[in-house]
This record gives sequence, C-alpha cells and structure tokens, in this order.
Amino acid sequence: MKVVVDMNKCQDHGQCVFAAPDVFSMDDDGHLVFVAEPDDTLRDDVEEAADVCPLQAIRIED
Amino acid sequence: MTGRIVVAGASMGGLRAVEQLRAAGWTGAITVVGDEPHMPYNRPPLSKEVLAGKAPFESLAFTPKAAAADVEWRLGTRVVAAGLDRRVVDLDDGSAISYDGLVVATGMRPRRLTCPGPLTGRHTVRTLTDAQGLRGELTRPGVRVVVVGAGFIGCEVAATAVGLGVSEVTVVDPLPLPMVGPLGELLARALLERHQERGVRFRLGTGVAGFEGDDRVTGVVLGDGSVLPADVVVESVGSVANGEWLDGNGLDLSDGVLTCEHLRVGGRPEVVAVGDVARFPNARYDGVPRRVEHWSIPTDSAKHAARMLVAELTGVQADLAPFAPLPTFWSDQHDFRLQSFGAPVLGLGDVRVLDGDPDRDPEGDVLVGYHADGRLVGVVALGGHGAAMGAARYRAQLLKQPALAA
Ligand SMILES: Cc1cc2nc3c(=O)[nH]c(=O)nc-3n(C[C@H](O)[C@H](O)[C@H](O)COP(=O)(O)OP(=O)(O)OC[C@H]3O[C@@H](n4cnc5c(N)ncnc54)[C@H](O)[C@@H]3O)c2cc1C
Ligand code: SF4
Repeated sequence: MKVVVDMNKCQDHGQCVFAAPDVFSMDDDGHLVFVAEPDDTLRDDVEEAADVCPLQAIRIED
Repeated sequence: MTGRIVVAGASMGGLRAVEQLRAAGWTGAITVVGDEPHMPYNRPPLSKEVLAGKAPFESLAFTPKAAAADVEWRLGTRVVAAGLDRRVVDLDDGSAISYDGLVVATGMRPRRLTCPGPLTGRHTVRTLTDAQGLRGELTRPGVRVVVVGAGFIGCEVAATAVGLGVSEVTVVDPLPLPMVGPLGELLARALLERHQERGVRFRLGTGVAGFEGDDRVTGVVLGDGSVLPADVVVESVGSVANGEWLDGNGLDLSDGVLTCEHLRVGGRPEVVAVGDVARFPNARYDGVPRRVEHWSIPTDSAKHAARMLVAELTGVQADLAPFAPLPTFWSDQHDFRLQSFGAPVLGLGDVRVLDGDPDRDPEGDVLVGYHADGRLVGVVALGGHGAAMGAARYRAQLLKQPALAA
C-alpha cells in the first residue's frame, strides 16, 4: 500500500497519528512524518486516518 | 444481496454512511438523495481557508472511496416526506423510492433572524454557495462587516474578514463573552482579548432588534437602540435540524432526530441517523441524548450506524457496544487554533488551567481542563501548534475513562 500526503494541505492536525500511530507520527518540531509504503495489514488504520484528516490531505494509492 | 438502502442527505454524513455500508459488507443497491447540486464537500474551510481565498473552492470536494463507486447519487433532489411504516421516501421531483434500510443524514441549516428589515446583504455560512456569495462581498473594497452571533462560526468569519482587510468588523452577541456557552468564561475571556488585539470589535450583552436599509441592509439596530453601520451582515446564530421530512411518523424531532444508543430511530432497526442531525446518547458520558455538531461525528456515527444497519438487513447479530465517541473539535481563528477533546460542556463548573498562564501571558499557549465530579471530561487548547499537541496528550486519558454515572 502506498500512502501520499498532500503537504500543501496538511496543517499538522495530528488526527492521523491517533488513527494510525504505526504509520503517522509527529517529529520534534510538530511536523508530520509518515511511512510511505506501510504493510497492507495496516490498511484499515490508514483508511481511518484518511477519513479523520480535517484537511483531507491523505490519499491511499494501491 | 438484494434490497436497497436510501441515504437522505449527501454531505459528509451521507458519504461516510455509504462508505461504511460497503465496508460493513452491504453489496445491495444504495441511493443517496441530496438537495445540494454538489457531490459531498468539506464544510470547515467555508469559514476559514476558502473564505479567505487561501484554498480554492474546488479543494473542498471529498474523494469518495472506490468501494462507493457504484452508488446512485440523486443530487439537486430533496426528500420531502417519508412513510416509515411503508418504507418509502417521497422526492420533490414527484418520484418515490422504496427502501429496505434508511440512513438519515440531512444535517442542519442556519437559523435565521426574524427581526424586521431587508434581506439583501445578510449572509449565512453553511454551503459552498453561501461562502461564494459572502466571499464576493467581503472582497469589495472598504466594506464594514457586522457578524451577529459570537459562536465558533461567527468568530471564524470575523477573523477571516479581518485577514481579508475589510474596513471594520464588529461581532454582536447578547451573551457577555464570545464562545462562552461551550468553552466557559476563562477561555472566552482569553479569546475576546485575542480577537480584539487583532482588530475585531465586539458589542456584547446586546441583541439585534432589526436591520436598516431599503433594498439592502445598511445598518444593524441593536437592542439598546444604537445602530451599527453595515455593508455586509453575517448571521451565525445557531442552526436548525433538517428533520421536517420525517414528520408524521411519530418520531421525536424536537431537536434533531432522537436515536437510541445504537443510532436507531423510533425503535426501528432499519432506520438510523448519523452526523449533525442525530440526537444520540453518548455512552461515554451521562447517557443524555444530545446533538454534537462536530466534524468528527459524521465519520464516527456512520461507522457505528452502518454496522448496525447491515447486521439487521443481513440477519446477523451486530454485537456492538453502545455508541461512545470521543468528541473532537477544532477551530482556526486568526493565527491561533482551538483544539478540543472530550466534552468540555459537561465540566463547565470546574475549569482548571492545566498549562500556561492566561493572566500573565495573554498571548501564550493555554491548556484548560474541564471536570465533572473531580474527573477530567474535556480539554481545550488555545494557541499554536504546541498547545494542540498538549491537548492531545490528554486524549488517551479521556478515552480510557469509564462512563460517568447517569
Ligand atoms: C462554516 C462551517 C465551519 C465548520 N467548522 C468546523 C470546525 O472547524 N471544526 C469542526 O469540528 N466542525 C466544523 N463544522 C461542523 C461540520 O462541518 C459539521 O459537523 C458537518 O458538516 C456535519 O455533516 P452532516 O453530513 O451531518 O450534515 P450537513 O453537512 O449539514 O449535511 C446535510 C446535507 O443534507 C442536505 N439535506 C437537508 N435536508 C434534505 C432533504 N430533505 N433532502 C435531501 N437532502 C437534504 C443538506 O443540504 C446537506 O447537504 C463547521 C460547519 C460549518 C457550516
Ligand atoms: S490529520 Fe491531516 S492535516 Fe493533520 S497531520 Fe495528519 S495529514 Fe496532516
């Protein structure tokens, strides 16, 4: 699974971090970092993360 | 799988319902009926980035999941009535659709002021069309703006208008402080100061008695008789649930659509409600049914309601615990953000500063905790990014908490 985050849209809300902590996290400056090609077993979590992102910045490309 | 689920309302709640019905295994037909002409789009930027012109209107559209590709969308079409005994909805084009399952996702519309005066020049912000109209007016040179209602949407619009460089912005509210109902005095006072510091004026403790002007509004008459000159008026005085189409079915529609702890409507397992319109008891708190107009609710409620509905229609046991979402809310105003987790409104009687010092450092980050019976029930952060992250640290604690006694 391939995860794409539109960094022009992302405002570091961090909601994705709660939904899929294995894929998304915040660095020390409070900016989003994420695993670009997470394991397929994490698909449900990543879909949830995409749903809860207030900026709708997360896309899943298979 | 045969049968049809009808989803009334084609916004976030309707879209999430469709996606979650598919995720829950429903392979039958789905028809979504929505009175707006657009595919579902995201509302929060309508008072923020998009109104400010920082993001284009096109950026609002949600990207529906692939699983929802075979759904029938009847847009620009309104549901005018429902016969729940006969399992049928009537549309404004004269047609009717029979259903096996029904999802109520018709949301809210802005409440309007009924006091006398012209209508032209008075705006609300709920739809894309509303925001386009308002943006057109706010970007005319030198306009004077009056925002009626100092809630979240009113304060966001006021902040955006200042950012757009309008000549003046005044917020009017009968309450003594902005956003005081949901947030309590401590934060409301801090917010008032931050807004004033950034150029928003306030007329608090007074309502609106009427509007001046012949063809279009030129002034707002306040309760004390004084008049605020105005080229543009924004009414943000709360919202009304779109539930009238369900009249005549013996439902409790007094404030949204009442549901049980599983989001079912009127004791009917084949009818569920999601999003802003649903008045549901939250098993996490006191079990009192409430509507929650937060962006997080359409997604959370759609997930629960879709599972219940699909289980019912396919004859399997759902085995779900009662719906118990953790309400999550944010609001962006000027250069600061409010980030809320939990239910601050249930803890307004015991508000404590958890971090920061709003008296000594009025521009600094603050984190506030709301307590009931000595227990934390909600946190709200005000400030920059660090503040929001601070609030997030309490999220796990708020989630772990056992339900409060009724
Ligand atoms: C300007 C604005 C800013 C916001 N900002 C924030 C924010 O910063 N943070 C936050 O947490 N939340 C925010 N919200 C709240 C959030 O957007 C809502 O909670 C969310 O949109 C609710 O979605 P919904 O699908 O339940 O209802 P709605 O979005 O109201 O959708 C209901 C849909 O049903 C349609 N409909 C109504 N009646 C009928 C009928 N009879 N037949 C067919 N269709 C019908 C309506 O036209 C509408 O399209 C904001 C809302 C607004 C308006
Ligand atoms: S939820 Fe969205 S905006 Fe927030 S950090 Fe994640 S991708 Fe960025």
